Amino acid sequence: MKQLIATILAGSALAFAAMPASAQDKPRAEVMHWWTSGGESAAIKTFADAYEKAGGEWVDTATAGGENSRAATINRMVGGQPPTAAQFNTGRQFDDLVSQGLIRPIEALAEEGGWKKAMPTALVEAASRDGEMYALPINVHGQNWTFYSKTVLEKSGVAELPSTWEAMIPALQKIKEAGFTPLALGGQPWQERALFNAILLQQGGKDLYMRIYRDKDEEAVRSEGFAKAVETYGALRGLVDAGSPGRSWNDTTSLLLRDTAAIQVMGDWVKGEFTNAGKTPSEDYGCTIGLDDTMLMVGGDVFVFPKTEDEAQKKAQDLLVETMISKDAQAAFNLAKGSMPVRNDVDTSAFDACAKKGLELLKSEDSQAPVFEILVSASLAGAVDDVVTQFWNNPSAQPEDVVEGFVNAFEVEG
Amino acid sequence: MTAPRKRPSTASLMLVPFWLVVLVAYVGTMLWTVQISFTASKLLPVDVYVGFDQYHRLFSSTRWLVSMQNAVIFGVLFITGALVLGFLLAVVLDQKVRFENTLRTVFLYPYAMSFIVTGLIWQWLMNPGLGIQKAVRDWGFESFSFAWAVDRDMALYALVLAGLWQASGLVMALMLAGLRGVDEEIWKASRIDGIPAWRVYLFVVVPMLRPLILTAVVLLSISVVKAFDLVVALTNGGPGISSDMPAKFVMDNLFTRQNIGLATAAATVMLITVAAVLVPWIYSEYFRKVRAGAAT
Repeated sequence: MKQLIATILAGSALAFAAMPASAQDKPRAEVMHWWTSGGESAAIKTFADAYEKAGGEWVDTATAGGENSRAATINRMVGGQPPTAAQFNTGRQFDDLVSQGLIRPIEALAEEGGWKKAMPTALVEAASRDGEMYALPINVHGQNWTFYSKTVLEKSGVAELPSTWEAMIPALQKIKEAGFTPLALGGQPWQERALFNAILLQQGGKDLYMRIYRDKDEEAVRSEGFAKAVETYGALRGLVDAGSPGRSWNDTTSLLLRDTAAIQVMGDWVKGEFTNAGKTPSEDYGCTIGLDDTMLMVGGDVFVFPKTEDEAQKKAQDLLVETMISKDAQAAFNLAKGSMPVRNDVDTSAFDACAKKGLELLKSEDSQAPVFEILVSASLAGAVDDVVTQFWNNPSAQPEDVVEGFVNAFEVEG
Repeated sequence: MTAPRKRPSTASLMLVPFWLVVLVAYVGTMLWTVQISFTASKLLPVDVYVGFDQYHRLFSSTRWLVSMQNAVIFGVLFITGALVLGFLLAVVLDQKVRFENTLRTVFLYPYAMSFIVTGLIWQWLMNPGLGIQKAVRDWGFESFSFAWAVDRDMALYALVLAGLWQASGLVMALMLAGLRGVDEEIWKASRIDGIPAWRVYLFVVVPMLRPLILTAVVLLSISVVKAFDLVVALTNGGPGISSDMPAKFVMDNLFTRQNIGLATAAATVMLITVAAVLVPWIYSEYFRKVRAGAAT
C-alpha cells in the first residue's frame, strides 16, 4: 500500500515537473477564427493537426459569425492581448490595423518560404500594403459560380445551361412556365450583390468590372455595358420564389437539392451543402464559373499575425505560417473546406470536377478577377449593397437609379 | 448641531460610487460617442476632426432617412396599438371573468420572450412557404395571402404586429394593476348616476391611470428606439431597406461597415431626437403634477 502511494506521488510529481517544461518547449499558438459549421471545423482541424504534428500546441478560439469574431480580435488587439493569429477575409478589413502598426509584416517569411510566387497575384496584392505582405492567404474561394439542378433543366425542356445571360433569361422563363423556381436566391443584400457582380463580370467583362470597382470610374458606371448588366439583373427580379427575401444561402441551396429550383449563383462554399447531401459534382448537379467557365472571381480567407515583442509568440507565428502554407496542409485543408489551394504547386488530383475547373482558371492571370471586397473599402461595399438591394426589391426601380446610386456612393464613400 | 449636518454628508458619501458609475458609464460614454462623431474614424477611433462631415454623409444616405421614417411609423403604430390593446385586454379581465389568472398569464407570456424569439416566431408564421399562408392554403383557400415579412410594402407592419403581440401583455398588466386601484366608490357613484360603463372608463378611469400610461409610454418608446433584435430576426431590414431601423443602421456601420464615425453620428442624432421628443413631454407631466400638488 505504502509502495503504491509512493509510486502515485512520484508519478504525479514527475507529471508536474514535466508539464511546464513541455509547455515551454512547444510553441503555443492561439488562433482566432469563425469556422464553426461542420465542414468548416473539419477544415480548421486539419491545420490544428498539422501544427501539433510540427511540434506546436494549438489553442482554438472559434467565434461563430465573421463579424463577431473580427470584433473580438480587434478588441483584443487594441486592448494589448492579441491572439497569435486571427482570421480575416481577403480584402481591406484589416487596413486600419496595419496603418496603426498592430500587425506583423510577414514579408521575410514569404521570401524565405518561396511560396509567394505560387499564389494568385490578386490575392498577394490584397494581402500586401506598400509592397509588404501583412496577411497570409490560405485559400481561394471562387465567388461567381452558377450551380444548377440537372433534373429541373431536363424536366423544363432546357437541354443545357445557356452560356450567356442573354440566352439565360428566356431559358429561365421557360423553367418558370414549367412550374419550377428558375433562380434560387436568398434575398439578403450580400447575396443580391453577389449575383449582380457575377452578372457584371460575365456580361461587362473584366475590364469594365475593374474600371468600376478598382478605379471608381464614373464614366464606366455611365457606360452601356454597365447599363446592360443592370438590365439583365433587373429582368431576374421576377424569376425568384416568394420565400426569397431574407433567406440564408444554405436554405437557398436546399431548393436545388430538392430539385425545385434551377440555378443558384453563389460562391463555391455551396459545394459543402451538396457534399453533405451525398451528391457528386457534375454528376448529380452541374457547376459552371460565370456561365462559360472563362473568368473566376477570386477571394478567400487570410490569417494576420498581430505584432508582438514576445519571442516565444514570434516563434509560434513562424511555425504557424510555415505549417498553414505547406503543400500537405493546403491540400488537406482545402479539400475539407471546399475551396481551392492558394498555391498552384499543390497536388490537386484529389479535388472534385468543379474545383478542377476553378484550378484551371487560376493558372492564368487573365482568367481571374478579384472579388469586390478586395477592391473597395468596407463602407463603400456597404453603400453598394444598399443601392443594389433597393433596386432588386423594388420592381418599379429603374436602371438609372442604380447608375446614380453608384455614382453617389463613389462620391461619398470613395 | 453637528449631527444633522453630518447625516447628509454620509449619505452623499454612500452615493459617490453610484454617481461615479452614472458619470463614467452613462454620461462619459455618451460624450465620447458625440466626440467620435466629429472625427474621421473608420475601424478604430482616431483623432482626425472633420467637423460635421459625418452628419452631412448621414443625411445624404437614403437608408438613414428611410430608417428614421420607419422608426416614426413603427413608433406611432406600436405605442398607440400596444396602449389601446393592452388597455382593452385589462378592461376585459377587469370584468371579473372566469380563469382570469390563466388568461392574464397567457397574455403576459409573450413579454417573457425576448424580441429575438418573437422575431423568429413571426418570421416562421409569415413565411409564405411554411407559415399561416401555407396552412390556410392547404385547407383549401387557395387565394389566401399572408406574407407580410417578405412584402416590401408590408414588412414594416409585420414588425408592428410582432411588437404588439409581445408588448400588449405588459401594458395589460400595468393597466390591470391600475384598474384594481380604482376606488369601488367611483363605480357605485357612476352606477347611481346611470353613466354607461364605457364613459366611466374613458372619462374617469383613463385620466386616473395617467401615471401608469406615462410609464407604459416610456417603456414602449425605449423598445422603439432600441428596435434592433426584432428587426434582425424578423426581416433583417428587408426586403431591400424597406423595414430598416436606426439602431440597425448604427450597428451595421459600427461593425460590418467599419464606419465608427458615421455610426456615432447616427447614434447622436437618435439621442437628440429622443431627447427632443420625450424630455418636454415628461417634464410637462411632472411639472403639471407639482403644480397640481401645490394647488391642493
